[in-house]
Amino acid sequence: MMPRRVFPLLVLCLAPATTLVAQDPVEQGVRIGITYTPGLRPGMMVLGGPQSAALDSVRAILRRDLEYSDRFEMITLPTGDSVVLGISAVSGLGSGPTAEQTLFVNYSLHAALGADHTVAVLPSAEAGTVAVVAYDVRGETERLRSRLVLTDPADERFRMAVHRVADEVVRAATGQLGIAATRLLLVSQGRLYRVDADGAGLTQVSPPGVTTFSPAWDPTGRRAVYAELRGGWGTLYVHDFDVGRRTVVRPTAEELDIAAAFAPDGQTLVFSRVAESGTDIYRYNLARDCCLERLTVGRLSDNLSPTFSPDGRQIAFVSTRAGGQQIYVMSVDGTGQELFAPFDYGVTGNSNAPEWSADGTQLAFHRDVAGSPQVFLMDTRSRTVRQLTSYGRNEDPTWAPDGRHLAFVSSRTGRRQVWIIDIETGRVRQLTTVGDARLPAWSPRIQQ
Amino acid sequence: MKTKFAVILGMAAMVVAAACGGGQPEPVVPAIDSTAIRDSIARAEARRRAYEDSVARARAETERLARERAEAERLAAAMTAEVRTMLGTMVNFDYDKSAIRMGPDTDVLQRKLSLLQANPEVMLEIVGHCDERGSDEYNMALGMRRATASKKWLTDRGIADGRITVRSMGEEQPMNPASNEDAWAQNRRDEFRVTAGGDRLVKPAGM
Repeated sequence: MMPRRVFPLLVLCLAPATTLVAQDPVEQGVRIGITYTPGLRPGMMVLGGPQSAALDSVRAILRRDLEYSDRFEMITLPTGDSVVLGISAVSGLGSGPTAEQTLFVNYSLHAALGADHTVAVLPSAEAGTVAVVAYDVRGETERLRSRLVLTDPADERFRMAVHRVADEVVRAATGQLGIAATRLLLVSQGRLYRVDADGAGLTQVSPPGVTTFSPAWDPTGRRAVYAELRGGWGTLYVHDFDVGRRTVVRPTAEELDIAAAFAPDGQTLVFSRVAESGTDIYRYNLARDCCLERLTVGRLSDNLSPTFSPDGRQIAFVSTRAGGQQIYVMSVDGTGQELFAPFDYGVTGNSNAPEWSADGTQLAFHRDVAGSPQVFLMDTRSRTVRQLTSYGRNEDPTWAPDGRHLAFVSSRTGRRQVWIIDIETGRVRQLTTVGDARLPAWSPRIQQ
Repeated sequence: MKTKFAVILGMAAMVVAAACGGGQPEPVVPAIDSTAIRDSIARAEARRRAYEDSVARARAETERLARERAEAERLAAAMTAEVRTMLGTMVNFDYDKSAIRMGPDTDVLQRKLSLLQANPEVMLEIVGHCDERGSDEYNMALGMRRATASKKWLTDRGIADGRITVRSMGEEQPMNPASNEDAWAQNRRDEFRVTAGGDRLVKPAGM
């Protein structure tokens, strides 16, 4: 989708009319946009303004976060004009320590440019900080003022702080918190990596020489669980990002245990134990380090890939009890096991990798269609299923905490990479460029 | 004067001669029988040769035995290697299946069965593998079922359950990293490894 461009209007305002390129009929005094369509997403403009490396890096991160929220039509100003507009927008700025609070915003000009919301990044009265201000253009009010401590722009904590402000801007504009302050885990060539939701800050999590599998986050976003594969064994480890250390999940040391998931309370783990007698789902109380409990009895069928409902009462999982792989659901104590995602036997392909959305209304999974996995969504109340992807192989979907973005593995460019789709708009972007990325897990909002 | 000097010299010589051992009896020279001497020398020589021959024969025998032992060792090692290879021969599977296919795969397992019977000390580990197409997590379960299928084929025919352990690597260790039918067919497999009792392996008669 093309962002609305306002170049012609700026030309009208700032330059002789001879350079006007008339692509749309121009009406006097109204908003001009080449692809303007009423009723679409609100327009969002990130102003230029006083320039410094730090201010510009905050603007760049904010702009990208707002763009990736997929909730706005980003108003793209040609670079030079953006600066001009920014300067004109802050031309009413006074001087002295309270300068930022007297910012003059020409709301009608912003509205004419198509902006419903405008964000400015301004030097702050307080040394070493900047102010991020979000304006409601239609309401002609300031909606949010947030102060950011400037540290090294390359520092991951600085970027995370900007991401948190971006999420607040999204909330100020839409009422819904954004997802910029989140991260993803993924496996590439056996190594476990962590990456910010905007694709920056790729960091290896697993120790050198370790082959990892099936990562998952805890509800705080400060710990993760993954399996380490070694000589046919699979041992679960919990990695604590705050202290940068991992601990073994005791009863999984000499087994083939994979595909773990944290309960929403962060106390309990469920995982799949792959054994000679079949693959079954177990539950373990991590907080008390006790009470291993088997939830499924496969009798040579496979039960795996558990995912908790956000209320912690149910577990969706994959089972082969009826032949192929299909999505089932059970109570957290293992009772009431039943088919979840409906299928017509022999028609519907194998279904795998279920993940419950944070609001509990949807289940994402992948299902084989004509030999290729595709991402599907199921409404958990009506149990109706719809197909989300169709091009290439698309598998292992994982929800962002906003319940509208999904990361998944796609081979659409030839090699497996992690992509992100916004299910509201259908917009898709590639997250990773590392070799053979797979098994993504999207964090909840990272707690401070 | 000249004569008198000579007499004194002669007496002195006699004194010296007497002091140096004069007075010993003449040695008795035995009668020489040359034939007897030659025979005795020949016998001694024969005995020496017989002794040397026996030493050489013993050495040759020892060397022959050592050679034979080395050869037997070499043959045993070769047989052990051959049996190990036969025990290590992979079994392949159809896509998303863990059933043992009749034909070459059952032949492979039949050979393993005979070898396990002939080598009762052998312990075996079977690791199941998958191609990249199925779901990554499901493939761990599928690999385990493939390993279990080979194990069951053998234990159903009398091999003790405790002699075979099973593992799965899912799709994590492809034989062939390519993404095409040939590679996938190679990657859907059970690998077999002797984990104990494999120092000296024998083939059963008629194999």
